[in-house]
Amino acid sequence: MPFYRNIAAKIALLPMIVISLTVFVGCIIYSFVYSLTNSKLVPVMNYVGFDQYERLFKQRKWDVAVENIFIYGFVFTIGCLIIGFLLSVLIDQKIRGESLFRTIFLYPYAMSFVVTGLVWKWVLNPTFGLENSMHMWGMTWFELDWLVNRDLAIYAVCIAAVWQGAGFVMVLMLAGLRGIDEDIWKSLSIEGVAKWKSYIFVILPMLRPMVVTAIVLIAAGVVKVYDLILALTSGGPGYATTTPAMYVMENFFSRANLGQAFAASIIMFISVVCILAPWAFYEFYLRNKYANN
Amino acid sequence: MSTIPKGPRPKHLTVGRIGLYCFIIMCALFFLMPLYVMIITSLKDMDEIRAANILNLPKELSFYAWPKAWSQACTGFVCEGLKPGFFNSIKITVPSVIVSVALSALNGYALAFWRFKGAYFFFGLCMFGAFIPYQVMVYPLLKIEDFLGIYSSLPGIILVHTIFGMPILTLIFRNFYSSLPIDLFKAARIDGGNFIKIFFYVIIPMSTPITIVAVILQVTGIWNDFLLGLVFAGRDNQPMTVQLNNIVQVDYGVAEYNVDMSATILTSLVPLFVYFISGRWFVRGIAAGAIKG
Repeated sequence: MPFYRNIAAKIALLPMIVISLTVFVGCIIYSFVYSLTNSKLVPVMNYVGFDQYERLFKQRKWDVAVENIFIYGFVFTIGCLIIGFLLSVLIDQKIRGESLFRTIFLYPYAMSFVVTGLVWKWVLNPTFGLENSMHMWGMTWFELDWLVNRDLAIYAVCIAAVWQGAGFVMVLMLAGLRGIDEDIWKSLSIEGVAKWKSYIFVILPMLRPMVVTAIVLIAAGVVKVYDLILALTSGGPGYATTTPAMYVMENFFSRANLGQAFAASIIMFISVVCILAPWAFYEFYLRNKYANN
Repeated sequence: MSTIPKGPRPKHLTVGRIGLYCFIIMCALFFLMPLYVMIITSLKDMDEIRAANILNLPKELSFYAWPKAWSQACTGFVCEGLKPGFFNSIKITVPSVIVSVALSALNGYALAFWRFKGAYFFFGLCMFGAFIPYQVMVYPLLKIEDFLGIYSSLPGIILVHTIFGMPILTLIFRNFYSSLPIDLFKAARIDGGNFIKIFFYVIIPMSTPITIVAVILQVTGIWNDFLLGLVFAGRDNQPMTVQLNNIVQVDYGVAEYNVDMSATILTSLVPLFVYFISGRWFVRGIAAGAIKG
């Protein structure tokens, strides 16, 4: 096929091609190459092998960041899925005011992570926040000092994140629930299966594509988490709620330790690929294979 | 996707249904609580905030915090409130949305109707970009923009938003155009339409629904962005989210929670407004973004 055939489409897609190659591929190569150097304030081509990675894995702060991202990833993903699914099931019960409830559950998703972080920072304020309210109502035993507690601060982040993200899962699941054939419900009710059992054992497995999509989208967002934590805890107390993304940004912009930042960002990238690869393989390879047969 | 529940509404309230309503209302209260706290805190004066329960309605309405948050609160050394940030966000959002939606519509059109060898390879590459953590690309991209002479400027941040909005927008436009009847396109070809003519006279007039979805996605996404604005917009163009964070986090003297909360509400007004007036469209945007190619 001559090159000039369909030339208009090629020109039209040129920006996309250039951006994909320079930004999405080029930047990763750039980051990887410079992660093998001892760049400090400016990128310099001074090869030191995998030194930066060795140093990275020895950092206590990086360990904390990785541990946090696992806790956050786990609690946030599971929390969003359970609450999102629960809400979608509730809304699916032909209730009155359905669209009002849906609007209420989804509005946090329209807000910025910074806003979410700042609101919850105020709600969970150890002096004036909910703890204080509970004390005023006579429940003096009530403790909610998560934001100043090293071990619990990351769970405060999780609550704020689930509050914001659960509505998203709800929308996805609800779309799936509404696509379920009425006949399945009829046969389930003829069989006399309890409703909650039908939801968990029959309907949920049928929603598997929705669940998988939700998990992949949430998990890809988990690795990126930055603004929420910055607004809510600033990575504190101490560095108890720091994450890989924060570690990278800190080394780039405030500690002038570019080599470390590149190395850490490459590790972030690899972990995203590890999450995506099985899904992409399933979605685009296996499925096409079966579709063609 | 049909979002209308099937079957008649149940007529009788059973114990189970009362329980269901109680539960869903409790969930709704949990989701509304931060919004409620935000609003009432912004209407209290500081003495009341210090003395009273965070959940109590204000005894006396005080509107002092709102104008202060808008035009006097201090971010670092400048005390101009959020106002400059608001206009910066508009200056960033409007062109970014127009450029990214137009470019992505063109991409989607070329991919759906004018496929050439290799086009889908680059599309896949572009989609892959949607999942790469920003932290991997931020620094190299900064270097590229520096080289182009647009780093830390309005065109710089617009380009960045266009780049990072492109994968998902291209996907939804391509999916939409692929669902159009191909005969329409063939008829236009027989009538002598070329790439550009068909795009302007046949495709664009049919693109209203998907364009609305794309615009909603981009307006909320770009308005809520923090990280990219922080890095790429430069000191003079800092978006509202960045200024909000500066106002709340950087305290000089006593923290004024009512001002902080007014500022937080002001920042989320635009996305919330978009969310409430767009209703179903917002939900469609989520569903469109979640459907895989």
